[in-house]
Amino acid sequence: MAGTTGMSGSVRERLRLVVVALDDSVPGIRSLVLADAGGAPLPPFTPGSHVVLEVPAGPPGSARPRPTANAYSLTGENAHPLDYRISVLRAREGGGSAWVHDLAVGDRVTALGPRSGFAPVQRAAKHLLLGAGIGVTPLVSHLRSAVRWGRDAELVHLHRSGAGAHAADLAELAARGARVTTVTDRESFTALLDDLLRTQPFGTHLYCCGPAGFMELVTAAAARSGWPASRVHTESFGVEALDPGAPFQVAVAGRTVEVPAGTSLLEALEDAGLAVPNLCRQGVCGECRVSVTVPEGGRLVHRDLYLDDDEKRAGRCAMACVSRALPTSGAAADLEVHL
Amino acid sequence: MTALSLPTSTAADLLEGFPFPFSHDSYRYSTNVEPARSPVATPVGQWGASVVTVDSEYHRELAERAVLLERDPSRYGVLPHMEVACWDAMLVLLRELASARPDAFHLDVVDAEGPTYRWRNDLLGIEQTFVVGRRETLPAEPLAWACQQVQEDVVLLDQRSGELYGDAGVVTFAADWSFGFDLGMTFLEIHGPVPRVHAEGVIPRAREFILRLQPGQVYRRTNWTLTVGRRLDVATETYPEWGPDRAMVLHVDDDAFGHLVHLRVEVQHLLRLPESGAVMFLIRTHLLPLADIARVPAWRERTAAVLTELPQDMADYKGIAAYRSRAAAWLRDCTSTTTPAPASPSALAPEESR
Repeated sequence: MAGTTGMSGSVRERLRLVVVALDDSVPGIRSLVLADAGGAPLPPFTPGSHVVLEVPAGPPGSARPRPTANAYSLTGENAHPLDYRISVLRAREGGGSAWVHDLAVGDRVTALGPRSGFAPVQRAAKHLLLGAGIGVTPLVSHLRSAVRWGRDAELVHLHRSGAGAHAADLAELAARGARVTTVTDRESFTALLDDLLRTQPFGTHLYCCGPAGFMELVTAAAARSGWPASRVHTESFGVEALDPGAPFQVAVAGRTVEVPAGTSLLEALEDAGLAVPNLCRQGVCGECRVSVTVPEGGRLVHRDLYLDDDEKRAGRCAMACVSRALPTSGAAADLEVHL
Repeated sequence: MTALSLPTSTAADLLEGFPFPFSHDSYRYSTNVEPARSPVATPVGQWGASVVTVDSEYHRELAERAVLLERDPSRYGVLPHMEVACWDAMLVLLRELASARPDAFHLDVVDAEGPTYRWRNDLLGIEQTFVVGRRETLPAEPLAWACQQVQEDVVLLDQRSGELYGDAGVVTFAADWSFGFDLGMTFLEIHGPVPRVHAEGVIPRAREFILRLQPGQVYRRTNWTLTVGRRLDVATETYPEWGPDRAMVLHVDDDAFGHLVHLRVEVQHLLRLPESGAVMFLIRTHLLPLADIARVPAWRERTAAVLTELPQDMADYKGIAAYRSRAAAWLRDCTSTTTPAPASPSALAPEESR
């Protein structure tokens, strides 16, 4: 509720963690065990939560000239965590995931405490968990919680042969009664999906996490099968490269700032000497939220993973790191920013 | 007319820990939420250091809750999908008790598997080892058991489809509302009768705030009204017992009036439960008679100003329209002859000039 008197100040706890174990047994995927650097117990979290790891800037001229931050789903014990477990797919060179893949046991990392945005719905009659690739991570904690509390849950994991993240965790939960199916080709998954979507008990909630194409496949199939959108929950991961966008003009602090194509609003504000608190610079952490006014006829393109749908529709705030205004003819500025 | 006995005197800790709610000479509803666990200094003491508060009324209030639950089971309700939230709430309440009063309450993990905890409540002589999620390891249902040990009323809000539902709770000390009637309602429905707050956006803003609350964050606010007598149960269900007091109190003498009319303050805490993702809403009710409010000059003057200025619709909703003017006048006119001497003059003296 930034900007609302008396309601801000909900700063997420910054945790000092140390890498205590690494597992590189699945090609391209690294699983890490992180403990509190001072040996304290870690805050419990809701299944489906993530932490945001702070990634330092690389050396000058490298692919990572500024510090960044990446969100990773927590896969371990959630109610009484002695450590936090995450799994990271190595993406582009020089990015945050490559930095994680270069960490060693004993290295210190800083994380923003758990944030829940993909929680199991307690009233669901059943929980259908569909994950692809590394997207299985938030579903592992869903399934663990379901087994603990005796909730009806079924998980299907689509992954390339030999690249099944968390296979051991899933096998252990299956041994304790969870239904787990593994599929290694897309055709089999598509066939299974249509069958699954048509045979669930009333009141089942569907949770889906994976690459954008996978989630589109699942949500479109669910819609075709008559699933209400309110029973279909998706969790995005891996921020894909955003298009550079068109240039636009911003009215801020009594002046006009030009935001060129390929430059973010945050960078343009910084270049104009205006400070905006920020952290991940990719629309995940929520730190760079700014209050905005969209002029008559103007349009705001949010592109972040932080605000919910209602907030995006209201158009009163934006994430300066990824959100853009569309250039509108006539108006003096395409967006007003209130710092 | 109801028989009401005058209280003899207020225990010192109830005055010292009283959460005086007014920061201005007028009061309006606002989304007055602030981060919890920070102590607030008052002219005579402080409040707010912990999420749950244990005071000298502990045994009496818990005994009263037990009687009320026995008489009216609708003060406790749990919809079936709230089982996990109830365990969650129980663990948080036990942890908060142990953190507020480490001398009297102890919670230890004895086995990470399960996990298994040992709980000791020295004030009530309880020792219990339990496994989370295993009902048979507790003497009662988890939320009910926890509420036998905290003075707070508890409401658990389930969050689904971007909405909050009051789907479980133990509320024995409701201030003119009915938990049993509200069970299962949305947040907006529960607050439907409150004047002004919808048009002014207070309740929708509060709802937005709660929807975004994350585990680990704890916020608090205060609310207030007046109550005749040191009476915690002023629920809708027992209106015939306490409703007539509002008219009766107009006819008692000044001395009795100052002892009967209480400023009733609720310290409300809001936190997200980690396992279930439900929101726990705690209501801790504090009652202090006007005679004690008057012992603190700053409280006496401010309360008189607020009661005088309060708009009629708000006074009507709070159920104090009949006697708020007399309460304000009583506070304004009360002199050293009608005010009892402070119990601890040394604590009050430095503040007298404020």
